This record gives sequence, C-alpha cells and structure tokens, in this order.
Amino acid sequence: MSVVSHTVQHATRSSRIGVALIAVTLIALALAPFWGDRQTLRLLAEVYAFVALASLWNLLAGYAGLVSVGQQAFVGLGGYLLFWLVIVLGVHPVVAIFVAGPVAALIAIPVAALTFRLRGAYFAIGTWVVAEVFRLLASQISVLGGGSGISLPAAAVIAMAPTRQAREFEIYWLALALTVIVLAAIVALLRSRHGLALTAIRDNELAAQSSGIGVFRIKIIIYVLVAFGTSMVGALIFLQKLRISPDTAFSVNDWTAFVIFITVIGGIGRIEGPIIGTIIFFIMRQTLSDLGSLYLLIMGAVAIVVMLWAPKGLWGLIAERYGWQALPLQRHLVLKPTKTSGRPS
Amino acid sequence: MPDPLLDIRAIDVFYGDFQALFGVSLRVNAGEVVAVIGANGAGKSTLLKTIAGLMHPRGGDIVFNGAPVGNAPAFDVVKRGIALVPEGRRLFPSLSVEENLLIGAQSKRPGSWNLARIYELFPVLAERRHLPAPSLSGGQQQMAAIGRALMSNPSLLLCDEISLGLAPIIVRDIYARLPSIVGEGLSVVIVEQDIAQALKASAQVYCLQEGRVALQGEAHELTRERISAAYFGV
Amino acid sequence: MTEWLNIILQGVLIGGLYAMFAAGLSLIFGVMRLVNIAHGDLIVLAAYVALMVTTSLGLDPLTSLVLVVPAMAIIGYLLQRLLLNRTLGDDLLPPLLVTFGLSIIIQNGLLEWFTADSRKLQAGAIEVQTFQVMQGVWVGALPFIQFIVAVAVIAGLQQLFYRTALGRAFRATSDDQSVAQLMGLDTRHVFAMAMALSLAVVAIAGVFLAVRANFDPSIGPARLIFGFEAVIIGGLGSMWGTLVGGVILGVAQAIGAQIDPGWQLLAGHITFLVILAVRPQGLFPKVSG
Ligand SMILES: Nc1ncnc2c1ncn2[C@@H]1O[C@H](COP(=O)(O)OP(=O)(O)OP(=O)(O)O)[C@@H](O)[C@H]1O
Ligand SMILES: [Mg+2]
Repeated sequence: MSVVSHTVQHATRSSRIGVALIAVTLIALALAPFWGDRQTLRLLAEVYAFVALASLWNLLAGYAGLVSVGQQAFVGLGGYLLFWLVIVLGVHPVVAIFVAGPVAALIAIPVAALTFRLRGAYFAIGTWVVAEVFRLLASQISVLGGGSGISLPAAAVIAMAPTRQAREFEIYWLALALTVIVLAAIVALLRSRHGLALTAIRDNELAAQSSGIGVFRIKIIIYVLVAFGTSMVGALIFLQKLRISPDTAFSVNDWTAFVIFITVIGGIGRIEGPIIGTIIFFIMRQTLSDLGSLYLLIMGAVAIVVMLWAPKGLWGLIAERYGWQALPLQRHLVLKPTKTSGRPS
Repeated sequence: MPDPLLDIRAIDVFYGDFQALFGVSLRVNAGEVVAVIGANGAGKSTLLKTIAGLMHPRGGDIVFNGAPVGNAPAFDVVKRGIALVPEGRRLFPSLSVEENLLIGAQSKRPGSWNLARIYELFPVLAERRHLPAPSLSGGQQQMAAIGRALMSNPSLLLCDEISLGLAPIIVRDIYARLPSIVGEGLSVVIVEQDIAQALKASAQVYCLQEGRVALQGEAHELTRERISAAYFGV
Repeated sequence: MTEWLNIILQGVLIGGLYAMFAAGLSLIFGVMRLVNIAHGDLIVLAAYVALMVTTSLGLDPLTSLVLVVPAMAIIGYLLQRLLLNRTLGDDLLPPLLVTFGLSIIIQNGLLEWFTADSRKLQAGAIEVQTFQVMQGVWVGALPFIQFIVAVAVIAGLQQLFYRTALGRAFRATSDDQSVAQLMGLDTRHVFAMAMALSLAVVAIAGVFLAVRANFDPSIGPARLIFGFEAVIIGGLGSMWGTLVGGVILGVAQAIGAQIDPGWQLLAGHITFLVILAVRPQGLFPKVSG
C-alpha cells in the first residue's frame, strides 16, 4: 500500500502574478479621472457595467446552469426602481442604487418560483417572458412617463454633486467600485463551500443530486443573488444615462445578447472569461459599429463559431495552452507520496 | 479454411482514455454460433457494440463479408447485415410492439423474415401487437427485441445477455427457438454470463477477461476447469 | 353580448396562427429536445421569402405557399444538417446559444436586405370578405381560412407522427438515439427531416402572419414567445394541446385588448404565467407510457 497525502492548493505561480497585475491595474483605473478625458471615463464606466453584467450572467449560466435570456428584466427593474425611488419618493440617487438591489432580489424570489418550473431551454424562454411582462408593466406606469419614458429631474441630478465634472467622477468611481464588489463577491462565492457545490452541479447535476447537495436551493440562491447584482448595475447604468424608457431598459439586445456574446467569446464558466470578452466586444464595437446591422450579424456569427469550435472561449484556449489562471480559483490537487513502500501509485 | 463471415483482427477499443478492449481477435464462420463469455466488466458488450458500429476501434480491423466495417456508422452496419439485440432489450417505449418490429425492417434488407414469421416464432407477440412496448413482461420484451433484430434480415445476429433478468424457464424457452433461427444459415454471436447455456448453444467459445481474450476453443473440447480459470482469472 | 362573442371568436381564430407557431417548436423539441430560439425569426424569414415570391412572380400569397413551403423545408434541412446537428448532446448551452446567435443573424440580415420598413402581403379581395355566423357575429374569410389551415396542419402532423414510417422514426429516435441507429436510422438525417417539417409549418405560419398584419425584421422574438406560451399552456409533447394553447392565448389577448389596448400582450403573458403557476405540466400533458 502506498500512502499519499494531499493538499488542495488554490494559488499557482501564474495566479500570483495575476493577482499582482490586477492590483496595479485597479490602482491605475481608480486614478483614471486624473489621466483620462470625459470620453474615456464614460467608455470605461460602460466597460465596467458590461464586465459586471457578463460576470453575473456567467455565474448564472456557466456555473449554475441556469441559462437565462431574460436578464434584461433585472437591468430594467433596477433602472426603474432607481427612477421611481428618486422621482416618487425623493430618495437620493446613490442611495437608490443600494435600495434597488435588495428590492429586486425580493421580486426575484416569486419570479424564480415560477420560471424554475420550466426545464432547461424552456427556462430560458420563460425568463424572456418575464422580462416582456416587466417591460409592458413599465409602460403602464404613468408617473414614470409610460411608454415613452422619463428623464431624471434636474434637482435630483444636482443633489448628487454640484458640478457636472464632480458628478461624472462620482459615477465613474461608483461604476468601478460596484464592478469590483460584484467580481469579488463572485470569487468569494465560488471559493466557498457553495462554490464547490456549484462546480459539482455543473460537472454532473445527477451525481450532485444523489450526493445530497441541495441543487434546487443553491440554484434559487444564485438566481436571487444575480438578480440583486444585475439590478444594482442596471440602476447605475440608467443613473449615468439620466433617462429611462421601457424599450431601452428592457432591451434584449443590449442587456442579454451582448452579454451572452461577451461571455461566450471570453469563455463561459471561467471567471476571467467575461473580462476578456468585454475587451474584445468593445474593440469590435469601436471598429465595426459603422457597419450598423452588419456588425450585429458578424457578432452573431462569431458567437456561433466560438460556441461550436472553441466552446471554452478565448480564455479557455489561453488557459489550456499555457496553464494560466489570473485568479486563484481552480483547485489543484497535489499528491505527495510520503512512503514508498509497496507499489508506486 | 474458407474466409470467415466476420473477422475481427486485434482491435483496441476505448471509452475516452479508458481502454476496454486490448487486441481482441475473433472469427465467425457462416452458419456458426459463437459464444463470448466473461465476468462483469470484461468487455463483452463493448465488443458487440463495436461490431455493430456504435463504437469504433482505435486500432485493428473488423472485416465483414470481405469488407472493412470498423469505421462504418451503426446505421450502415445494419444495412450490411449485422443486427444487435442490445443488453437490457432497449425497446422503444413510445412505440407499440408491432411498431418496434416494423422499425427493425427500416434497413430494407431483402430476406425471409417478416411480421408473420416473427409472430409464428413468438406467438405471444401477435396477441399483444398493438400494446405499448413497456407493457410487455421481461421475457416478452426480450422476444420482441430478438424479433426486431431479425426483421432486418441479418446474416449475423449479435445477442447481448438475452437471459439477463429472466426466469430460467423463459430462458430455456428462448434458447429452444435458437436452432430454428440458425437453421436459416444465420450466424450468431451470443454473449452470456450463463456459461452452461452458452456452451450448450454454441460451437466456438471465446472467454474475455479484462478486455483480452483469455481462452478460445471448441465448446465441446473445453473443460470446466479451463473455463473457470479463464473466467475468473485465477 | 354579441360584442364579446365577436371578440372571443377573433381570439379563437388568431389562436390558430399561434398554434402553428407552437406546432413547429413542439415538433423539434419532441424529436430532439432542441429549443430553437430563432424560431420566431424563421417565421419572419418565411414572410420575407413569400414577399419576394409574390412580388417577383406576381402570385397571390396563398398560392405562393407552393414555393415557400418547400423553400423553407430545404432551409430547415440544411440548417440542421450543417449547423444544428453539431450542437446536440448532453450540454444545454450549445443549441441554445447557437440558435440565439442565429436569431441575431437572421434579424440583422433581414434588416440589411429589406430595411426596417414594415411590409405586408396583399391578398386582394379576400382580405375584406366577411360572413355572418349568427345575428351580429361576423367572421373574416381570411382568419377563418387561417384557422381551418391550422387545424389541418395539426391533424396532419398528428397523422404523420402516429401513422407513417417517418413518424415512427421520429418517435424511435426521440426515445433512444443509439438504438435508433441500430435500426438503420441515420439520426442526423432524421433530425434534419424534423427541422424541415418544422420549417414547412413555419412557412405556412409566416405567410398567414404576413397577410394578416404588417411585419418587419424585428417582430420574430415575440412570435417565438407566443409559440412557446402556446406549447406550455397546451402541455409539452401534445400536438392538439398546442391548438388549445394557441386558442387560449389568442382569446386572452383579444379580451385584454378590449379592456385596454396596452393590455393585449400583457393579458396573454399573464394567462401563461397563471397556468404555469397552477398547472405547470400544461392542460394536456403527454401521457407517457
Ligand atoms: N460508457 C462507458 N464509459 C466508460 N467506461 C465504460 C462505459 N461502458 C463500459 N465501460 C467500461 O468498460 C469495461 C467493459 O464494459 P462492458 O460493458 O463491455 O462489460 P461487459 O463484459 O459487458 O460487462 P457486463 O457483464 O456487466 O455487461 C468496464 O470496465 C466498464 O466499466
Ligand atoms: Mg455487458
């Protein structure tokens, strides 16, 4: 008999370098208001929003196996909650972002109870129906402008910060902070006991079920948490836009098609995927958006090609090739034979 | 020696990285019954699935009627005249008994087997022809599975553990009909855990052990000791 | 009283169209467990194919079906054979995301080709013909034909599924793919035939959609949702169930629209959600043997 002791390591050398790089990048980004112009700040804030939305969708679809094509429901819900809190209740806009999250999470519970009755791909379309219902309901709210939407009142905007520049800085930092929090929360979740269970579910739902992991309960928790985060990001997006309407708030293209594209291209089921995907998405958008609908057509085609021929996405290709990981997430089982009596294992 | 109907030459078969068969060779002559025996997990079903085209060998060749079939897909293999009665019967649950038989004839090979003859061989199926397949008893399902395979008018019939889970009397009943099937010049490979049954029914015996042929010979020449040595690997 | 009868009748007749949306969706789900997110966009594509056929050959829309149906069936066969077969397997994501990508491609391809302008197929005099079924209750000739065609399509699919060799192959493949192969069925071909049939139904639905109202490249997803709701209301795997589901959805929308135009779609969705809440298996779930 050979005796083998094992330790579970999270960190690898590349992930240690990765962590250092991330720290440097974060500091540089936090200082962006001092080196970037207005255009850059706006673009970066948008990038952060997509990183956060894609990471949340990745958690939902890539880890929990809940493929939703209706996450625009929560982006729009967050936006509408913010406008309603500010316009009807006079809440401060920044406070409203942090109220929108928990309220949306509460609403997500009955939504999950309904949509979870649908299996697999039918669940996906069910979430879309819910988003449509939200959109149609939003256009019935006359205090928020009904079908044509509404702008944030000037008084509320000024209440945030006296000057336009200060307001833009504030929103930029909020966007960066929110994205960092969302990413950190996802990493923490995946490294927790629940994260292990999630990986087990992803790898084999049946086996996970028979080993007593409460698959259904974990899925509901993830769904609600993702709704929480998605709504906060949505609230922030529409605070930056200063205007909301049912069609922009619940747009399946903007908040689901793009987000899925980003995640698939970057690498689904990997934490780094959405970040890489967002960078590619914005490069493509900046260079191809003159093409109009042709650009979207190319995007759809690229997503199909990646899904079929490189299903792990770009980051998957890189990680497999070089054994890289930017974040210490994957667990490496290190086997160390301690006694060499008997057969080597 | 005449060319065999089926000539398997040193095939290696894998499930992903796991190798299930190691250089297995086997010959079946026209009109012959060959038994393949072996313990659980020895690779018997893998061998039959590979012959039927559901799996493909990574090394070695399978030659049937003079043509290589190792890489042919299953739907093509059946058209060439190999039919498999799969382990666990696997009737189509949403089809009736008769539809299960009819779909066996999908490959449209010419021959003498048809619904009437199957019903003659297994009269109980005729009585239940319009019932859904899952309503049959285990033995009846096995008859339907054999009938479904015969409907393709094969020249080689592969039977995977047709006795599994059936009462001995039913097993004897099914095996009693084997001669009338073989009488037509059909070759049969039977996989069995029931060694006695296999030896009685066959001319040639192969014993698999952990993916390798551990013993091969004429059924009447093999002693009980040699078989159990090969079977249990002692 | 007759006002409500008229409204409900309108809803029932529109339900026939929804049933056709649903039947194509249900068919491929039944055979290969594929949910085609591009289904609605394919309906719109069929409408544009019909537009091209009617304008270039001067055919009337119903006659154009003779060309549109085979054209869409061929597209379906090739789509499955060349693209969608590669996505099938244990993993749910590839088929979902590939058909989602396909939906984006079709929408934007149509936009590029035909612009965002709304179009309509002109069917001539028949469009305005109506007849009276009872005192004060009127039925349009075209909606009536549409409903009859829908019933015929569903009855035809039912026959095909349970009375023909192709239907037997569909059911066998759906039960057990690898044993189906052992029977000599090339499952890639069987799946492609199922998609061809689904798009043949889509073609009929697309033509009726295009005759009934204006269409433009963006309206596909809503058709997918109507079809999907009809499938779930009727019960997965039941062909006649899709007809009932479509009719319920149509009636709900018609009643909603009567109360407030803004409530037309909402009433349909809410009916769907209520049925999902109280009877998630649908009204006529397939009794599994
Ligand atoms: N789908 C599969 N994936 C991976 N390994 C498999 C698979 N099917 C069988 N095996 C393995 O291949 C080996 C041979 O299996 P096979 O089913 O051929 O055995 P068998 O002789 O038919 O056994 P039994 O008498 O239990 O039917 C076994 O070790 C089994 O665990
Ligand atoms: Mg076996």
